[in-house]
Amino acid sequence: MNYEVLVIGSGPGGYVAAIRAAQLGLKTACVEKGLLGGTCLNIGCIPSKALLHSSELYSALGHTYAIHGIEVQGARFDFGKMMERKKGIVKSFNQGIAALFKKNGVTLYPGSAQLTSPTSVKVLGEELTAASIILATGSLPIDLPFLPIDEERIVTSTGALSLPKVPKRLLIIGAGIIGVELGSVYKRLGSEVVFLEFLDRICPTLDGSLSKAFQPLLEKQGLVFHLSAKVTGAKIEKEEIRILYEQQGASHQLSGDVVLVSIGRRPYTQGLGLEKVGIQLTEKGQIAINGRFQTSVPTIYAIGDVVDGPMLAHKASEEGVAVAELIAGLHPTVHYMAIPSVVYTNPEAAGVGLTEEETKKLQLQTKIGLFPFKTNSRAKCTGEEEGMVKMIADAQSDRLLGVHILGSHASELIGEAALALQKGATALDIATTPHAHPTLSEALKEAALALHGRAIHR
Amino acid sequence: MKVEIKVPPAGESVSEATVSRILKESGSFVQVDEEILELETDKVNQVVYAPAAGKLELSVKVDQLVKIGQSIGSVDTEVQMPAQMPKAEPTKQAPKIPQPSSSAAPSARQMPADFLAAPQKPAPPLPKAEEPAQPSSRKKMSKLRKTIAERLVAVKQQTAMLTTFNEVDMSAIIKIRTKEQESFQKANSVKLGFMSFFIKATLAALKEFPIVGSMLEGDEIVTPTQYDIGVAVSTERGLMVPVLRKCEELNFAQIEKQLADFAKKAREGTISLDDLKGGCFTITNGGTFGSLLSTPILNPPQSAILGMHAIIKRPIAVEEQVALRPMMYLALSYDHRLIDGREAVLFLVHLKNNLEAPARLLLDL
Repeated sequence: MNYEVLVIGSGPGGYVAAIRAAQLGLKTACVEKGLLGGTCLNIGCIPSKALLHSSELYSALGHTYAIHGIEVQGARFDFGKMMERKKGIVKSFNQGIAALFKKNGVTLYPGSAQLTSPTSVKVLGEELTAASIILATGSLPIDLPFLPIDEERIVTSTGALSLPKVPKRLLIIGAGIIGVELGSVYKRLGSEVVFLEFLDRICPTLDGSLSKAFQPLLEKQGLVFHLSAKVTGAKIEKEEIRILYEQQGASHQLSGDVVLVSIGRRPYTQGLGLEKVGIQLTEKGQIAINGRFQTSVPTIYAIGDVVDGPMLAHKASEEGVAVAELIAGLHPTVHYMAIPSVVYTNPEAAGVGLTEEETKKLQLQTKIGLFPFKTNSRAKCTGEEEGMVKMIADAQSDRLLGVHILGSHASELIGEAALALQKGATALDIATTPHAHPTLSEALKEAALALHGRAIHR
Repeated sequence: MKVEIKVPPAGESVSEATVSRILKESGSFVQVDEEILELETDKVNQVVYAPAAGKLELSVKVDQLVKIGQSIGSVDTEVQMPAQMPKAEPTKQAPKIPQPSSSAAPSARQMPADFLAAPQKPAPPLPKAEEPAQPSSRKKMSKLRKTIAERLVAVKQQTAMLTTFNEVDMSAIIKIRTKEQESFQKANSVKLGFMSFFIKATLAALKEFPIVGSMLEGDEIVTPTQYDIGVAVSTERGLMVPVLRKCEELNFAQIEKQLADFAKKAREGTISLDDLKGGCFTITNGGTFGSLLSTPILNPPQSAILGMHAIIKRPIAVEEQVALRPMMYLALSYDHRLIDGREAVLFLVHLKNNLEAPARLLLDL
């Protein structure tokens, strides 16, 4: 069969690219070797958010409700039901994408794809040709040589989202976003959760001061962090798994019933026949692309986790839309400064644009505005007073460079900041925008005012 | 083979143009006759089309001034569209990554470095009580607007322009239009408007008073032997005056059809320079916007322009009685260097008489 556009991978990059290409009138097919929706939908964002919410509801019974004068006795949870609910959500999204493909006329080819030329791939023995091919193959968890993943006792995020029961002791290697999210889930459900983190702070992609303020909030919930800890080996025994690590020159060990390895992800580039058609990789193993998402073979494009940039579903989707529009002859732009990143714990953490550390590295002259939620009226009403908004703007032009939020609903609040950055708005633009009262969003306005030394409620 | 793209000729008096928009980026593939870029001259915007199919290379940028006939790029016909690309053999030698810098096509990836390099608005001054903010915006005048401005001032300075007025009772024409509209539309697939009557009446008056359609050229008076009448059309880019050729040979339906065609072209921005060239007289209708009375400015080198206005029911004296009639004021601005008051006034009276008794048009009066 011959297509105008062939997409390899149906994650949030691939399926969005395929639908956009079809919308633009291009004859489009999508190849998927697993389930529709890729990592995000099946073993990532979606199932983890389902479990995060279920576990948070249970946890709130024990803590938050009492603050509001609500007493609950004998609350129990059924882990099996939680997991069933999660599976149902994932399945409905699988079907949703299949329906969207059908509606838009995207042909789905289940199977693995191998490139055979700059304009053709082989799927289950069938040769498909296309004028443009989009690689959207995503990424895989990185593992450690001495910890063979069995997804039962030694798990990646994939296994951690499908454990048969709540482990008594969960040991997590890597206190990044995935680690603290899954750690939160099991801590709320009763596990002892301990982290070993190589760096000296948790969630290293967050703005430094947010990361520092974040850690004690999670510790208060019972999460235990060992920072600057280098994992050196493991002893896998019948009863438990012992992890050996070094901290400040001394050797230590910790044991757990289940070990989650969440030390990052690597681009999925194997078995695609990249070398056969001459597609070059970067030093980091990502597919090298130019400003128009073209690989070293101009008819083959690449987007999402398999190329450079943050490994985020929405980043991949933006690139998917852009690449489809480029192929159709339009002139799209992806604004990398405006891609938000979110940690869905409680409280949440979210950031967009540059961190304070990045602005320093770039030697930018900045002004910073801070506003804590404890003086925000809505946060007071709901009892969600933890956290703050941090806003960074250029000292001369006042243009926003970064916005960082630690607090409940940060994931929703960050949207306003992303729009502001996309539009090149100034702190004053936010400061002079009316925000409803009382809302958490007022904290953004106040942080912008604080940046000019004009905060009203501080 | 590389086919050169040249700035097409754009009418006699036009020697240069500005690149106003690039519609196809350099490095992209084009089909024959695909729109490549838009040129702005002091008369009209004109689209340049691809002379052949292939890979486009442009050597000009937006806002660049180009001369008529100048080469502005080429189409390489040996590079085929990617869609038609034959199945290539696996590349032996890994090709170099096409970097954004090496390709002229713009990047779709706005990285943080691009964000930081982008021009920033200066820091907004904090509004102070004693300096009330003056909200305003600024943009560059288009070439067309600039030309209109220069020409209007030139007319005011270089002619002896004045305006004479009259009024016309539109009852008769309205009656014809109401009565015959349906059959006219059925026969011609176009609406019967007022303008065709005005063009017919103008034609009759011009034949009677040829000096009104004449032009001054140095110390000579040029009187056309063919009646080309321009009709002003308002567009988003400014006022344009497409010209109906040989009005003496056109019937009502042909006039209405041409006018509809011009209106469509003006809206779509596809009016060509040929449509705008020449003309010995212009009609402008301020009435479409509700103007009751105005003094139009001449369209040089023409010597006269007729202004139509809104039709409004007004009491007038008819046979010793006051009657309510649909009235329109007419204005004729003319160059007094060439046209005497007598001719101008009689021209307008002639026009009025024919419009009030359209049967006269049948009799060539």
